Amino acid sequence: MTERIKRLREQTLSIHPGISMERAELLTEFYKSGIPENESVPVTRALAFKYLLENKFLCVNNGELIVGERGPAPHETPTFPEICTHSLADFEILNNREKISFRVSDEDKSVQQHNVIPFWSGRSIRDKILKSVDNDWKEAYSAGVFTEFMEQRAPGHTVLDDKIYKKGFKDFINDIDTSIRNLNFHKDEEALNKSEELKAMRICAESLISYSRRYSEKLYELAASETDESRKNELETMAGICSRVPGNKPNTFWEALQYYWFVHLGVITELNTWDSFNPGRLDRHLYPFFKRDVETGLLTEDKARELLHSFWIKFHNQPAPPKVGVTAQESNTYTDFCLINLGGVDENGDDATNELTYIILDVIEEMRLLQPSSMVQISKKNPDRLLKRALKIIKTGFGQPSVFNTDAIIQEMLRHGKSIEDARNGGASGCVETGAFGKESYILTGYFNIPKILEITLNNGIDPRTNKKIGIETGDPTKYESFEQFMSAFKKQLNHFAEIKLKGNLIIERLWAEYLPAPFMSILVDDCIKKAKDYNDGGARYNTSYIQGVGMGSVTDSLASIKYNIYDKKKLSMEQLLNVLRDNFSGHEEIRKMFLDATPKYGNDNDYADSILREVFDIYYNAVDGRPNTKGGFYRINLLPTTSHVYFGSVIGSMPDGRLCGKPLSEGISPVQGADRNGPTSVIKSAAKIDHIRTGGTLLNQKFSPQILEDESGVEKVLKLIRSYFRMDGHHIQFNVVTAETLRNAQAEPENYKDLIVRVAGYSDYFVNLGEELQEEIIRRTEQSDF
Amino acid sequence: MKGYIFDIKRFAMHDGPGIRTTVFLMGCPLRCWWCHNPESIGQINKSDNLRNHNEHNTSCENFDKLHPTEYSVDELYTEIEKDWLFYEESSGGVTFSGGEPLVQIDFLESIMKKCKYNDFHTALDTTGYAKYTTLERIIKYTDLFLYDIKLFNDDLHKNYTGVSNKLILENLNRLIENDANVVLRIPLIPEITDTEENLSRVIGYIKGINRTLKIDLLPYNKLSESKYIKLNTESRLGKVETQSEEQLSGIVALFNNHGLEVTLRG
Repeated sequence: MTERIKRLREQTLSIHPGISMERAELLTEFYKSGIPENESVPVTRALAFKYLLENKFLCVNNGELIVGERGPAPHETPTFPEICTHSLADFEILNNREKISFRVSDEDKSVQQHNVIPFWSGRSIRDKILKSVDNDWKEAYSAGVFTEFMEQRAPGHTVLDDKIYKKGFKDFINDIDTSIRNLNFHKDEEALNKSEELKAMRICAESLISYSRRYSEKLYELAASETDESRKNELETMAGICSRVPGNKPNTFWEALQYYWFVHLGVITELNTWDSFNPGRLDRHLYPFFKRDVETGLLTEDKARELLHSFWIKFHNQPAPPKVGVTAQESNTYTDFCLINLGGVDENGDDATNELTYIILDVIEEMRLLQPSSMVQISKKNPDRLLKRALKIIKTGFGQPSVFNTDAIIQEMLRHGKSIEDARNGGASGCVETGAFGKESYILTGYFNIPKILEITLNNGIDPRTNKKIGIETGDPTKYESFEQFMSAFKKQLNHFAEIKLKGNLIIERLWAEYLPAPFMSILVDDCIKKAKDYNDGGARYNTSYIQGVGMGSVTDSLASIKYNIYDKKKLSMEQLLNVLRDNFSGHEEIRKMFLDATPKYGNDNDYADSILREVFDIYYNAVDGRPNTKGGFYRINLLPTTSHVYFGSVIGSMPDGRLCGKPLSEGISPVQGADRNGPTSVIKSAAKIDHIRTGGTLLNQKFSPQILEDESGVEKVLKLIRSYFRMDGHHIQFNVVTAETLRNAQAEPENYKDLIVRVAGYSDYFVNLGEELQEEIIRRTEQSDF
Repeated sequence: MKGYIFDIKRFAMHDGPGIRTTVFLMGCPLRCWWCHNPESIGQINKSDNLRNHNEHNTSCENFDKLHPTEYSVDELYTEIEKDWLFYEESSGGVTFSGGEPLVQIDFLESIMKKCKYNDFHTALDTTGYAKYTTLERIIKYTDLFLYDIKLFNDDLHKNYTGVSNKLILENLNRLIENDANVVLRIPLIPEITDTEENLSRVIGYIKGINRTLKIDLLPYNKLSESKYIKLNTESRLGKVETQSEEQLSGIVALFNNHGLEVTLRG
C-alpha cells in the first residue's frame, strides 16, 4: 500500500459521518422554480438531476486518483426529501443516537425547518404511501408482521453489467435517439409517455457528461496551481480522463474505473436506491483493460493495485443514507450493501477467473474496509485455488468475502425464466439476492415476520402484545386435535398477511412508477431504452419483486416443539403452553429447559425438525412465488434478515422453542442461536433441506473459532465443507471467525476494538457500532463454536 | 446385536484424512492417568443411564453426551451414512474411537464390515491392547490404523495405564508385517510421555522398522477437564499445563534430527 493510500484509508476510517443539506437545498430550489409545473414527471426528474449535477460542489481529495463524492466531502451524506422528509426530531435522533449517528449542525436544522420541510411536507413519496395503503396494512406494519423498503429508500437493487466498458454515454444518447425515432404515435397509445421518458433519459445522459467535464476543468485548474511536479502530472492525466469518460467508452484501466465511478455517483445522486448500486463482476469487466495496459506498458501491476485501492476508498466514503424510525431498526448500519462479485462463470459457462481476480482479492485483504463488500462466486468449474484464497481472507475475521454458489444462482435464474447467458453473467448483490446484472430490476420489498404469524395463530388472530385483532380468526388452538389442524390454521394466517403485504406492494410499486421514475438508472439497465420505459415501471428486461422471509429457524423450532411436546409426546396441553408463554416462562423453568434441551431442533440433521422447516418453506413459497407484480414480472421469495431478526424478535412474546419475550429471532436460514449442537456438517445438511433453487437467495452464517482455520489442513477441510454444501445446492455461506471472548472484551472496552469487524447477516459491520441486542445475539452465535 | 456408543462427533478434523465422523465406543481396558474420554470407561451393563437410540434420535441430540446410547448396527450405520457426501467430497470417512473400540469386537466387526461394503474409508483409533486374534478380525475392514504409542518403559506403562505394553508392541509389529496402513500417534503428556528418554526410544523403535510410518504428535490439551467435572471425578494426572509452542518445536526437532517427519495434532 503506498503512503498516500494509507493516508486516504486512514482518513476514510476516521471521519464521522454527517448530514449534508446540499442536495436537499438544490432540489428544493429546483422544485420551487416553477419548471416542474410545465414538464412531465420523468422530464422533471431529469431536470432535477441536471440541476444537482450542475451545482454540486466538486470535491477532490488530496492525493486521490479517482474523483467524485456523493456529498460535498467524504462521509457527508445527502438527504432525499422527495422520498422521506426528515422531521427536526429525526435530525435530533440522528445527531444524538449512540450508534450510527450523523452530525447535524444547527444551520442544517434551520435549513430543514424553514426551507425543506415546508415544501416537501405531504409531497414526499413516504407521505403518499402512508396515505394510499389501507388500514389492514397499517395495523400489520405497526405490529411488526412485515416491513416496507420503499417508504424511505428508492427501489434499487440492481447491479451493472459490462455495457459501460463498451459504450460511452454519447453512444447511449444515440441509442435513445434511435428509440425516439422508432416511436409510432399512430399505433402506440403509450407513445407520448415513452417519448417523455426517453427525453428524460437523454437529459440525464447529457448531465453526466457535463458533470465529468466540470471535473475535468477543476482538475486542470488544480494542476495549474500544483507545485509538486508528479502530482501536477497526475492531475492533468485525471483531467484528461474526465474529459473523455463517460462521454466516450473507456480506453484504459484508469478510465474504466473513473467512468464507473461517475455512473455510480449518478445513480446514488438521482435517488437513494436500496441497496446501493455496484459494478458487479469487476474482475471480468476490468481484465481486458488491465491486460492491454500492462502489455502496452501503460500500467504496472503496482499502479493497478493503487488505482483499485483508491477506487475502494471511494465506496467507503459514501455511508448509507440515514434511516429513521422502524426502518432504522430493520437495518441500522452505515453499510450501503455494494457487493463486488468475483469468480463465477462467463456467458459460455466457463471458469471466469483471471489474474485480476486474485489481485482484487489482495486489495480486499489489504483495504479491510466495510464497503465495498465482496464475495466470490464458486462454481464447480472454478478452481479450489479461488476458494482457498477467499478462505485465507475470511480467516482474518472480517467477514469478507462471502461465498456463493454460482451453479445454484444460475438454476434460480433459469427457474425465473432468464436466458442462460443472462443467468451466467449475473450473480448476487446486497446481502445474498440473485439477479441478472444490468438487465433486471429485482426489488426487495420488505421483511416478513414468519414467527410473528405463529404467535398470532396461537392467539386466534389477536396480537398478544397489543391485544388488537389484526389477523383472522383461525380457531381456538386448544380445540385442535392434531398438529395437522394446527398447521392448517398457521397456513391460513400466513396467507392472510401475505395478501395484505402483496396488496400494499402493488400500490407502492405504482406510486414509484408514477411519481419518482429513475430516468438515469434506466439508461443503465437493459431494455429500458429499447422499451422506452422507466426502471421503476417495468422497463428492465426482467422485473422481480422479493419478499424476504425471516425467522425460519425460530418458527421451525417452535412448531417442532408444539408437535413434539403437545401432540406426539403429550408432555403438556395447548392450554398449559399458552399459559407458560403468557408468563414468559417465569415459574416454568423446567418446561423451558425441556423446550431448549429435549425437543428436536433445526440444524442437527434431524428430520423431525427439518421436515417442519420444509413445510413452512412450502407454505411461504406458495403464498408469494409467482404472483404477478405491476411491472410484467413476478413476486419471489428469499430468506434473509439483514438486522430485522432483532426488530422482529422485539415485537414477539416468548415462543414454544424456549425463546424469551423480545429476544432476537434466528437469522437467515441459520439455526436458532445455540440450537445446533452437532457441528457444521449437520447445520449444512439441515440447511440444504430447503429447496434453495426455488428462492432468490438464502443466507447461512456459520461460526468458526479461529483455531479451525489455523493450519492448511483446516482450510482444506472448510473448503470441502463449502463444496459439499454447494453440491447440495446451498446458495450462500459465510463465516464469523472470531472468539466469543474477543467480542466480550470489545463490549467491555469498545474504544480498543473500534476496528473489530464481524459478520452480521449478509454483510459485515463494526462490532462496536451494533446495538446491544445484536451484539449479544452475535456472541450467542459465536459461543457455540467448540464442537 | 447392540453397540454402546457415548458420542458421535461430526466434522472431526484430527481423526484421519478429510472430513470424518468419529464414533466413540464404550469400554476400555486401560486406565490412563490422562484419559481424554473418561466417560468411555463405565460399565456397559444395562444401567439406568443407558438410552435407547430411537428415543435419543427423535427427541434430539441435545442430551448430556456423557451417557452411553445403545445402537443396533443398522441404526449406527444410518448415523454414519448421513455424512456420505462430506466423505466423498473431502476423501474423508468414518473413524472408530473410544475407549478402546476393540472391546466391542463383535459389534465393531459388523459395523466396519458394513461401512467397507458401502465403500466408506474407515479408520480405527486404537490402543492396540487386544488379543491379536481380535485385531485380526477387523484388519480387512480397516483402511487406516491410528495406533497409540505411549511409553516404552513397561514399568512406567503399567504405572500410568494399568497394563503392560508388551501386547501393544507385538500387535503393532504384526500389523506392520501385514502391511496394514498405520499412523503412529504419540500423546505428549507433560513429564510422562514427552520425556527425552521416552521419545528417544520411540524414535529408536521407528527407525528399526523397515517402513516409513506417518507419525502424529498429539500435544496435551485440557479439553477433558470439563468432562471430569461433569462426571464428578478427578483426573489422576491432576492439574497439568499444556506444552508451550517452544517445547513443542523442540520435540518436533528431536524427530526431525533423526530424519523423521512428524505432524503436530494429527
